Amino acid sequence: MEAFTQHIGTAAPLRRSNVDTDQIIPAVYLKRVTRTGFEDGLFAAWRNDPEFVLNQPEYGGVSVLVAGPEFGTGSSREHAVWALLDYGFRVVVSSRFGDIFRGNSGKAGLLAALVTQDVVERLWTTIEADPGTKVTVDLEHKTISAGDVSAPFEIDDYTRYRLLNGLDDVGITLSHEADIAAYEATRPSFKPATLPAKA
Amino acid sequence: MGRTLSEKVWDAHVVRHADGEPDLLYIDLHLVHEVTSPQAFDGLRLAGRPVRRPDLTIATEDHNVPTLDVDKPIADPVSRTQVDTLRKNAEEFGIRIHTLGDPDQGVVHVIGPQLGLTQPGMTVVCGDSHTSTHGAFGAIAFGIGTSEVEHVLATQTLMQARPKTMAVTVDGVLPDGVSAKDLVLALIAKVGTGGGQGYIVEYRGDAIRALSMEARMTICNMSIEWGAKAGMIAPDETTFAYLRDKPHAPQGVDWEAAVEYWKSLATDEDATFDREVVLRAEDIAPFVTWGTNPGQGVPLSEKVPSPDDFDNDNDKRAAERALEYMGLTAGTPMREIHVDTVFLGSCTNGRIEDLRAAAGVLAGRKVAEGTRMLVVPGSGRVRLQAEAEGLDRIFTDAGAEWRGAGCSMCLGMNPDQLAPGERSASTSNRNFEGRQGKGGRTHLVSPLVAAATAVTGTLAAPADLPPVDVAVPENV
Ligand code: SF4
Repeated sequence: MEAFTQHIGTAAPLRRSNVDTDQIIPAVYLKRVTRTGFEDGLFAAWRNDPEFVLNQPEYGGVSVLVAGPEFGTGSSREHAVWALLDYGFRVVVSSRFGDIFRGNSGKAGLLAALVTQDVVERLWTTIEADPGTKVTVDLEHKTISAGDVSAPFEIDDYTRYRLLNGLDDVGITLSHEADIAAYEATRPSFKPATLPAKA
Repeated sequence: MGRTLSEKVWDAHVVRHADGEPDLLYIDLHLVHEVTSPQAFDGLRLAGRPVRRPDLTIATEDHNVPTLDVDKPIADPVSRTQVDTLRKNAEEFGIRIHTLGDPDQGVVHVIGPQLGLTQPGMTVVCGDSHTSTHGAFGAIAFGIGTSEVEHVLATQTLMQARPKTMAVTVDGVLPDGVSAKDLVLALIAKVGTGGGQGYIVEYRGDAIRALSMEARMTICNMSIEWGAKAGMIAPDETTFAYLRDKPHAPQGVDWEAAVEYWKSLATDEDATFDREVVLRAEDIAPFVTWGTNPGQGVPLSEKVPSPDDFDNDNDKRAAERALEYMGLTAGTPMREIHVDTVFLGSCTNGRIEDLRAAAGVLAGRKVAEGTRMLVVPGSGRVRLQAEAEGLDRIFTDAGAEWRGAGCSMCLGMNPDQLAPGERSASTSNRNFEGRQGKGGRTHLVSPLVAAATAVTGTLAAPADLPPVDVAVPENV
């Protein structure tokens, strides 16, 4: 996983609350056998609506999503996070996230920045006034700024540590590689192996 | 203080322990199938990571493979993609795979033991909840999710919090015609589907010691159906005899060393369990489910219960819903319930001994008109052995369908499904709504009850059948 220290990019305002993971990506898009390619399912129900924010040309190439409260509630599907990442988002800002979604985000490298609803509103106003506004998300200092808005965001220390160091679960375990190798050296010879195959 | 079987096996696999953190456990065997592995392999690819121990990993295709026309391309595109993806991943990452048509293709929990890869004192995982099956050998075996599959592929370890311990002691001798399946269904009805949550369970007592390995696997298989993390049985002479000539059993001095170690795993006399449940084998009778979870079961001799029979409101409501879904009326004798389809198979009861038991009942008899019976061996090897013993002929002579190996109607991901409203007697492990096909109604039963039910067309035990006069092949 790529380390996340600071991110600068443009943002899209998603003026909706209670966007659950079914709305982020409906179940019919879950049949894929890969970990990538889920961007076509992102917000599928709204993607044909020309009014939908991501269909506005001025919000092309955005990497920060500023969403209403209760974002990512519902089903535990990790695909919701993958779809956002595949679309190009690195940061989602909201005043309330679904718990599982927040956990899944940290694991996959998407920063879920928790701010007050007041900050969300001010970000919306700033972005809508000038969609080209650069949003700076600084994970080291836990701040988000755009135009005149500058505010702290919350994230738990462990997730922050993992993101700053680019550690996924596997990466964390592999940091104990020496322990694993030491253990392997003590395994008795009678333990079975699948290779070479015997019949 | 002494330690239990599960504590000994757990302790022997801790790679890293830090207070307040889950243990990092070493995994001795990782079984892989087509449904829960594709994203795990893709995750490895994205991160540029190899499989750490291909030599401790084995793959097969089972969940959605067809059991007819197995030499033709798979018709369903989603199934075909998953199977093809597994084959490609196995090749790319250097993993041994048993594909359709190979004798060692089959339900992942049948092939581990038949190859002798499942042995006492091991840790075994698979992206499938019925991995608990392998606990019958005295291994800690449990199911994991797809991100954990990736974790094991990459590191051969898993982060796990140490579960509590429970003993289920079954004293006495099981009555004639009562099998391991009846025992475990009766247990789940007694403790409830959540009764094992947070525990590794050790099944012990005289009645458990007397069981064959196949029967022990049936019991451990169903551990997850009452919420247990894993189920285990201490290895003994029965275990060693089963393993002795299996392809991957230790050889020569390794065998001696292994057996000595395996014997040391039994729970110490002064060890204590966090919880204990006791059953008397003599009290157990042929058992069947009437509802939509494995805990909703009664002895075959009883009637469909009424919601009023339950004390708490949750159980009452659950019973009401279940009766409605199952299309049953309270008070109907279980023996009067007509069954459309009998399914003999799955990782619960798809092994050779299960097929022998059912064939013993069907020999010289016919499947009732209006009822169909599907016999799906757990693996290619089980199928071959059954054919060598002439069991396939007994099934087909009786009018049952003899199929290729796989999960089949256990979960209806392949074409073997119940139609809406269709009722089955199934030797599998889950009677959830829609499990065997949308709107399908499942009664969980033992292989003996399955076979007798096929003959009468209503739920029945072999003792209900009039005697027949046939020469039954040896073994049956
Ligand atoms: S036979 Fe049924 S329970 Fe067993 S692995 Fe297959 S689907 Fe799962």
